[in-house]
Amino acid sequence: MTANSRIWHIVLILTVFSTPLVIMYAYQLIDSIAQPDPGSLVPGDIDLSSWRFLWERIDAGRPSIWAVTFNTFLFASTTAILVTTLSATSGYALSRLNMPGRPYFLGGLIILHAFPTITLIIAIFIILQFLGLFDTLLGIILVKAALELPFGVWIMKGFYDTVPWEIEMAGVQDGASRFRVWGELVLPQVKPGLAALLIISFLSGWSEFVLPLVLAPGSSTQVLATYMNAVIQDDATADFGLFKAIGMFYSIPVIIIYLVFQKQLMNIYGGGTKG
Amino acid sequence: MELRLEKFTKRFGGLTVIEDMDLTVGSGEMIALLGPSGCGKSTTLFAVCGIHKMNGGRLFFGDRDVTTLPAQERSVGVVFQNYALYPHMTVEQNIGFPLKVQKRAKADIKKEVARLADLVQIGELLERRPAQLSGGQQQRVALARALIRKPDVLLLDEPLANLDAKLRLEMRSEIRRIQRETGITAILVTHDQVEAMSMCDRIALMKDGQIVQLGTPKQMYSNPRSQFVAGFLGNPPISFLPATAGKALSLANGHSLTRPAGLDATGELVLGIRPEHFGPQYGQGMQGEVVFVEPQGREELIDVRLDGGGDIRSILPSGTPIKAGDRIDWGVASDSILAFAPNGDRL
Repeated sequence: MTANSRIWHIVLILTVFSTPLVIMYAYQLIDSIAQPDPGSLVPGDIDLSSWRFLWERIDAGRPSIWAVTFNTFLFASTTAILVTTLSATSGYALSRLNMPGRPYFLGGLIILHAFPTITLIIAIFIILQFLGLFDTLLGIILVKAALELPFGVWIMKGFYDTVPWEIEMAGVQDGASRFRVWGELVLPQVKPGLAALLIISFLSGWSEFVLPLVLAPGSSTQVLATYMNAVIQDDATADFGLFKAIGMFYSIPVIIIYLVFQKQLMNIYGGGTKG
Repeated sequence: MELRLEKFTKRFGGLTVIEDMDLTVGSGEMIALLGPSGCGKSTTLFAVCGIHKMNGGRLFFGDRDVTTLPAQERSVGVVFQNYALYPHMTVEQNIGFPLKVQKRAKADIKKEVARLADLVQIGELLERRPAQLSGGQQQRVALARALIRKPDVLLLDEPLANLDAKLRLEMRSEIRRIQRETGITAILVTHDQVEAMSMCDRIALMKDGQIVQLGTPKQMYSNPRSQFVAGFLGNPPISFLPATAGKALSLANGHSLTRPAGLDATGELVLGIRPEHFGPQYGQGMQGEVVFVEPQGREELIDVRLDGGGDIRSILPSGTPIKAGDRIDWGVASDSILAFAPNGDRL
């Protein structure tokens, strides 16, 4: 008996429960390229007009989709790089260095991670206003990175914990400085963790909505999430084909990233160094 | 190069692990730090290589005082118990890493790596990664990496503990051969007395942070300073029997033995009898029953319960027609009996 036939009942249950999702995703695509009549599920003729936002502005006051996409990419990638770099160093410190207050720091990380962003938003707003970073990409990048950091540091600490001490001792005995030992001997062991963290924080930045909405409401700093929100809110005629096309456009990078980096993403749950 | 530890003291928090330990390892000598776990042998090793700071005392390599030097500036090669090879580097990069740190020329490194690989006989494995090597091969790589800097001292931390029995035997003589060929001063940390006795010039037997005896394996075996030393060395182990010394040595179970020459103590004591000193070839006088026969191929290990109490071991050539349950009446080589005071000191 193959594994597939042994677990058929599990597959069946999962299929039943995920069918509605699959249908919705399917119509996200179908409705964007073939407009059915309202209320009907039968696709009509192929019609690419819903995708017009790609080559023209949907209305005059709105920034071009490509400027918005660039913003989103800049926001997500800078956040991801910032989070990964800082987590790579602070995770090492927490895993290896015997500093005062370390247990409290670790406890603090968990609490911070569990903290809902939305409860901090007023305070963050005031701070950004004070710093002159309100309604700038830099402002929301810093805020997003700060909020993602506890998770990143915690994950990286876990990865560093699995690297044997002896490797570092051997490096020190071989004459290398602590910094070189970290960079040349330890960091390569946690590469799977870094890759996973980079991807996860990029995706998290890509899908961030609340922070840009509240802290960078201007049209020059719009990201895809807020752009889509604005289109839906402003549109008096409710062009669902357009909404779905934008949504599709927004989620394509996410789907590609998941397909390409599945293995790296799974690493974070394994937590091991064997990639 | 000679290594000298003077009045070495190590504390962890308020706990003193080692106090005022002195140890001198001669140039080119291989010495074993032997002892049960928790005796401080690894602590000593880590202090010598610079991973642990010393809380007191001084450490000299030759005439150079290295007590306060960081690990990077001491010239020490270390082989760790799990080898600690760098998993993302090839064997060649692993062995060459210490020279790369010293910023030596590439061609130079390549030449040195080839020389070391030859010495430890892994020339054909240079392109592999550690995960593709067997335990014994990893061990050889670790040795080569430790030796490539031509260190003053080589430290081996339980190097054979992770190998299977057959490889252990092979690596035992390999490590000794490499140590002899390079003429390096070496310290071997182990809890296995067979390793210590077979590989090293001298053994420092440690207990509770103290060296209880320092000597050649032969001296330690035939002339232990205390009951602990006698019990730790020797496989199969020595048997201890309580006795009272008068005109003869009367065992607690009623048997009596001739006093060995040179023993002038009287009163309560403990006798140590090695298995090879008890058997039918030494006459008669000790009656008992065989409780267990353990065939070991070339020899048979026989556990005997003496009449009136007390267990004693004998080792006989195999083929001896003895089985569990047999009654025996064997003798002891009385001149080889070791006698200890009740506090464990040798008499």
